[in-house]
Amino acid sequence: MFLNPVVETKDIKLSWNGYKILENINMRINTGDMIGIVGPNGAGKTTLLRIILGLLRPTSGEIFIFGRSPKKLGKLRGKIGYMPQRPFFNRRFPLSVSDVVAMGGLTPGFLGKPFSGIRREKIRRSLKKVDLLPLEKRPFAELSGGQQQRAFLARALCKEPLLLFLDEPNTGLDLPTQHRFYSLLEELQKNQGVTIVVVSHDLAMISRFADRLICINRTMHVHGPPPEVLNSPHLEKAYRCEVDIFYRREGG
Amino acid sequence: MEIFSYGFMQRAFAAVFMVGILCSTLSFFVVLNGLSFMGAGISHAILGGMAIGLLIGTNPLYMGALFAVLIALLIGYISRHGKMKEDTVIGIFFSTGMALGIMLISLRENYYPELFSLLFGNVLAVTGADLIFLAAVMTGILLFVSFFFKELLAVSFDEELARANGLPTTALYMGLLASLALTVVVTVTVVGIVLSSALLVIPAATGYRLSSNYRTMLPLSIAVGLASGLAGLVFSYYYDIPSGASIVLFAALIFFGSFLPALAAKAADTWRKFFPGSPF
Repeated sequence: MFLNPVVETKDIKLSWNGYKILENINMRINTGDMIGIVGPNGAGKTTLLRIILGLLRPTSGEIFIFGRSPKKLGKLRGKIGYMPQRPFFNRRFPLSVSDVVAMGGLTPGFLGKPFSGIRREKIRRSLKKVDLLPLEKRPFAELSGGQQQRAFLARALCKEPLLLFLDEPNTGLDLPTQHRFYSLLEELQKNQGVTIVVVSHDLAMISRFADRLICINRTMHVHGPPPEVLNSPHLEKAYRCEVDIFYRREGG
Repeated sequence: MEIFSYGFMQRAFAAVFMVGILCSTLSFFVVLNGLSFMGAGISHAILGGMAIGLLIGTNPLYMGALFAVLIALLIGYISRHGKMKEDTVIGIFFSTGMALGIMLISLRENYYPELFSLLFGNVLAVTGADLIFLAAVMTGILLFVSFFFKELLAVSFDEELARANGLPTTALYMGLLASLALTVVVTVTVVGIVLSSALLVIPAATGYRLSSNYRTMLPLSIAVGLASGLAGLVFSYYYDIPSGASIVLFAALIFFGSFLPALAAKAADTWRKFFPGSPF
């Protein structure tokens, strides 16, 4: 078990060609939290996630994951699952469903070792969690958009992570599948203590499942439990429009 | 057989065999990463390097290799760190390298045969030193690709996740570009600058069409590369046509032939639809 906070950002700022993309981002995420990062399109949600993961260097500020800088995570990278946003990718890439999932476990520790080194049981367990085990040998290209999203979640789960980052995981999923998807995340959080950070533009859906929402639009406008955030006047300031969402906790 | 009794033909077969394996293996990544214009760009740009080699009196392959690797890495670096798209950068190097090569070669007397040989290849002129160079390049590249195969596959499919998992994605990509550059140089000896990019696309394009998994796509690509290379060379020997064109046309024939089973099945379906009782 790692000491809290699992993720911490201090005064993150990112500028590009003189434009401020993000500023004053301070957050602490503790073990077992499910956090929703919300905001309008172009608010910088994905950018923030990429900065936290060390994929983008901020102009200033500090980030700590498991108490370390993202660049110095070493073997701890094996404890972090990530499901990137997938606007463009080759849907006809010649891989089977289980090949795609196996790639989630491909860390520098496997450099030069055979693909079979990634344990078969881990792949099968991940596929079972997202109800795709019967399709494990099917070409990835033959899956529907929703099934491909579930395969990507299985890929993020392949490392059996302690910390899971998901970027717009609802894309392409119908309402019942979205519910199953979030119920699975809730199960991982409650039963296995996985810390989950979800970037989503779907305020209504994420507020049903998240413990806390962080609303950003270049900077942090409001954060806290969903009922507080949804009733905060700062939310409308962030979205620059009227936001009227009825809060209902899932299972509550 | 008479065809194997000549030393120049033995060397030609050895060169075609090695280039066939190398090109098909790299074409697997070229097709999956959409790098076909990169292959065409490097193959044309290296004319500058080969011309420098000819002018200073060394084997044009060595200077071509150096030039190709430098250009490939520069294109990779500028497109990743600069503000230009990859195809724009390739377009600039493509024409600049070619222009430099034409200008330098034209400084020599009777330069037409040399220019013709570089542009369209002359596998019958492959020397023992060329073969040693080819074998060294092939061994190095095949070792790199087999050692990092799954990492290269992961970067090709989803570079963002590969980076998040801590894989050295930039080094892997640059390694792939350098391998592509060296492959282009040795391919030029067999089919020439103008046709080399075809061998970096057609074998894997055929494999991609016929299979849904990389485990079958890669062997199929290699089979197409080898079959078209060897058949093209034999055909060019007996019918006295340029070997480069013959090899590329055989590869294209296999590619278009790969559509035949599907077309035949569709035609049979249509036939049965209009003539339900037909025994055919």
